[in-house]
Amino acid sequence: MSDIDIRKVLQEELNNIAPEVDMASVDPAADLREVIDIDSMDFLNFISAVHHRLGIDIPEIDYPKLVTLDGAIAYIGAKLGSSTT
Amino acid sequence: MVEFRMPSLGSDMEAGTLVEWLVKPGDLVKRGDIVAVIETQKGAIEIETFQPGQIEQILVNPHSKVPVGTPLALIRAEREAKPGAPGAAPPPTAPTPPAAPVPPSPARAPVAPPSPRVLGAAVRARVSPAARRLAEERGIDLSMVTGSGPAGAITYADVERRLGEAVAPPERKRPLWLDLDAMRTAIAAAMERSKREIPHYYLEHQVDVTACEQWLTQKNAMLPPDNRVLIGALAIKAAALAARRFPAFNGFYRDNKFEPAQAVHIGVAIAIRGGGLAAPALHDADQLSLDELMSQMRDLVQRTRAGRIRSSEISDPTLTVSSLGTRGVEALYGIIYPPQVAIIGFGKTVARPWVIDGAIGPRSVITVTLSADHRVSDGHAGALFLAEIGKLLQEPSKL
Repeated sequence: MSDIDIRKVLQEELNNIAPEVDMASVDPAADLREVIDIDSMDFLNFISAVHHRLGIDIPEIDYPKLVTLDGAIAYIGAKLGSSTT
Repeated sequence: MVEFRMPSLGSDMEAGTLVEWLVKPGDLVKRGDIVAVIETQKGAIEIETFQPGQIEQILVNPHSKVPVGTPLALIRAEREAKPGAPGAAPPPTAPTPPAAPVPPSPARAPVAPPSPRVLGAAVRARVSPAARRLAEERGIDLSMVTGSGPAGAITYADVERRLGEAVAPPERKRPLWLDLDAMRTAIAAAMERSKREIPHYYLEHQVDVTACEQWLTQKNAMLPPDNRVLIGALAIKAAALAARRFPAFNGFYRDNKFEPAQAVHIGVAIAIRGGGLAAPALHDADQLSLDELMSQMRDLVQRTRAGRIRSSEISDPTLTVSSLGTRGVEALYGIIYPPQVAIIGFGKTVARPWVIDGAIGPRSVITVTLSADHRVSDGHAGALFLAEIGKLLQEPSKL
């Protein structure tokens, strides 16, 4: 799965939580919780959705790595890469 | 035969619009089943029946606006259902004259149907060369373009229009039945009444929640995301347990007197995107295990944000809890939602230097506040109540 595909999945899942946000305009280095105004319940739902959709385990201790779009893409890319090798 | 009536979901509600029936004549219903959806100032509410039995007849059609108390359907009661049993629908009073139906509110604008598309795969659309070139240059999928030329041919202008749509901000998607303006009006009415009628007093207490955080970290490490518990669930459980021990903060003030509630139904304040707020009930929060509480809270938040609250969740809260979670500020002072008599606020968790056993160390701290009704309780009792919540949070495994 390419970074572009991962980005698409993440943007879709974030849009399910925040439908009014134009994800294309979100700074990929900004804290998602601030820029799209999601609370801890939203963030947990986002993690759940990514877990189900991509089949990767995201322990709570890794949450800080997923608070930006770029960070989440890198994290998931690494997880997917290591699981297929 | 029992009449299933338009319920009153607050003293300010005079009428409701029946949006949808979820049952039809002949269906069997049990207590707590959702039978209809109505629209009120508070948004769309799923209405439950408290009368088990069989739906005999539907009396009001969808899209009709009728006054509170109007019979909506007839339910043939089960033989064993005792009239007047707790939870049974109130016995029919004087026969209600056939309601003069309020003129139906203008039909909600339907969600725009997808515009007809020329399907590239199925029907090869005619595309003008200029249009094809423009589409290729700008990465427009021609199957997404509606042709307006002869025989549905796609013209340059059609592609240009599609280009405009593609860059235009996406249409604001709004959950089906949430009307934020109506919600704002309802919040305004309730809060005005609260500030007019309820003499609030306010207390605050800083609680070390390091034990909660450590306990949750350990618990959640072994769980998939679906089963993880948030600190907000611990806060609600602690508040509910404390409320059971301090009944003066759990109940309703009506007709110039306080009626303590038997059960603890915590109203969970839920922010709605775009600016709205609802505080539906998490039923019997004091009786639920933390896992049950978390899963019900998740469901409640999701349904509330999607505009699917149930009638009992609107009318039942006995005490409200408002929690800022991980973001925002350190303290919030709530306004009591009448006819309740208290609201508890949990600020965000912050790291603070703290004195433990004579030494200073870093701890996670939450400021917990209480706004309570001085007609019912005093600051002394409020302080004990708030301190009890703090104590309960020191032993999360016992919550």
